[in-house]
Amino acid sequence: MIHLTDIERKFLVGDETVRALNNVNITVHQGEYVAIMGPSGSGKSTLLNIIGLLDRPNKGVYSLSDLDTTELTDDQQASVRRHKIGFVFQFFHLVPRLTSAENVELPMILAGVDPAERKSRVQAALSSLGLSNRTKHRPDQLSGGQRQRVAIARATIMQPDIILADEPTGNLDRTSGIEVIQILEDLHTKGITLIMVTHDPDLGKRASRRVQLVDGKISRDTGDS
Amino acid sequence: MKSGDVIQFSWKALSGYPTRTLLMILAMAIGVASVILLTALGEGARRFVTDEFTSLGTYLLIVLPGRSETTGGPPPLLGETPRDLTLEDALSLTRSSSIRRMAPITVGSAPVSWKHRDREVSVLGSTAELFEIRHLSMAQGRFIPTGDPSRGLAVCVMGYKLKKELFGNQSALGEWVRIGDRRFRVIGVLAKKGQSLGLDMGDVVVVPVASAQALFNTSALFRILLQANGREAIPKAKKAVLATIRERHEGEDDVTVITQDALLSTFDRILVAMTLSVAGIAAISLSVAGILIMNVMLIAVSQRTTEIGLLKAIGARGSHILALFLAESAILSLIGAGFGVILAFLGNWGLAHAFPRFPITAPIWALVAAVSVALLTGLVFGVLPARRAARLDPVQALSRR
Repeated sequence: MIHLTDIERKFLVGDETVRALNNVNITVHQGEYVAIMGPSGSGKSTLLNIIGLLDRPNKGVYSLSDLDTTELTDDQQASVRRHKIGFVFQFFHLVPRLTSAENVELPMILAGVDPAERKSRVQAALSSLGLSNRTKHRPDQLSGGQRQRVAIARATIMQPDIILADEPTGNLDRTSGIEVIQILEDLHTKGITLIMVTHDPDLGKRASRRVQLVDGKISRDTGDS
Repeated sequence: MKSGDVIQFSWKALSGYPTRTLLMILAMAIGVASVILLTALGEGARRFVTDEFTSLGTYLLIVLPGRSETTGGPPPLLGETPRDLTLEDALSLTRSSSIRRMAPITVGSAPVSWKHRDREVSVLGSTAELFEIRHLSMAQGRFIPTGDPSRGLAVCVMGYKLKKELFGNQSALGEWVRIGDRRFRVIGVLAKKGQSLGLDMGDVVVVPVASAQALFNTSALFRILLQANGREAIPKAKKAVLATIRERHEGEDDVTVITQDALLSTFDRILVAMTLSVAGIAAISLSVAGILIMNVMLIAVSQRTTEIGLLKAIGARGSHILALFLAESAILSLIGAGFGVILAFLGNWGLAHAFPRFPITAPIWALVAAVSVALLTGLVFGVLPARRAARLDPVQALSRR
């Protein structure tokens, strides 16, 4: 369903052009579990941002479910992000003044979902992640693992096809990190496509497919089809 | 995204930073309140002057001796000696059908004494019709009797204050007082009435016009007050006065007729201009509040960069972000305007209690204008920060912690 052809992404740093992605070709099918690995600066996050439609490539074609995303307007891309893609970030990115429930509710507010339906879906999502007694807490009253679980609830509330996780355990201790990974893997077993950026080889080994990036190029791909 | 949700989200964002929000609301409230209050003061001044003029009498024309040149030009070489206005001139004016009442006026200053007390006051010589023209009212006794104005009866009517100072709480009716070198019998006391255009009606003594002329040894009148038959009759009455006097003064136009309407409208124009300019100055404080809102919203955008990036990542469009930030400025300015209106009413109330004689009321248009200008400033100055927020690149916004 994700199909990247000859993707190139250049950045201008000072007066030097840096190729963050150079001629990247990759296809990810529905329900796959992919770990994108590589040293820092290898272009892992840029690749994830392009897959998540937060960034546009300078060259190449990215089609998502047979839809050429490079032709979409910003608003159309926003709509695709809203309905098909869920993000999980290293720094959680919860809105600090909102409670967990309100943070999880945000994507549905943007999508214009009815308030009554929103409340019940938020409750269901939070309790399935073991946070039913944390709904009224603000992020600063939660532990790191709890925050990341709230973020996962937010990423999945719109029932997306794809979860994109950028170093989801990078800011967590080992125990809560494993907890978070298990939640993400549960989602994968339920049929969601999971793409995770990590530089931790142990985490990478858990994925059914590993993609190694070096200097903006795919150097190794265990499951290219 | 539903508009109710936009408002709710913006409201939460505002209540998340209470100090900042309160300060901005305060700035907006002061701006709005000053516009409303200053307009109310200006409007009050206008009403005050209008009321003063109406208390002079309705459909009033004032005839003054001498010609006042309002068209400019050099003064005449030989000098102009205007003829005096006499009692006969005044009486001849009553023949015009457009004039209902006429009161000649002679003014002078003389000592008034009773027993051992004496006071120097203005002496007003006039006739019975002054009572109607000036809307006077009596506290005790009666006004100067009708009758031949050229006969000088030795009677007088006292102002309220003068009576109090000479007689205290004793009755003045029937007593003889000395005015200058003549003796007059007090036949009435005027009721308490406000000042009207410089002459305190409480501090005068009114005598028949002929007696005043004899007292001051003059045949000239200070002025003639006329009451026209109605508003439409005023120009006709003015024409009639000028024609009659020209005829009597051998073809010379040597009187000036001031109509109350002309005076009123002049003052009205001046005071409206004054009100508007004062309101304009107050509007500057509103725009200062607007700039403050812009500043603080810009700071808010940079403080909440990651939040904006996140909203974009979870599918917010540029227009969503724009709406959220515009709603914030709109809510701020609306609440500010609301408090401003309350503040203005409190100020109004305070001023009305401090100066009960001064009619302070905020005109409705000022209220509407202040609130809508406040909302407009909030939106206009909110656009720049909101657009900046909407255009943020999500990748860069999220890469900041």
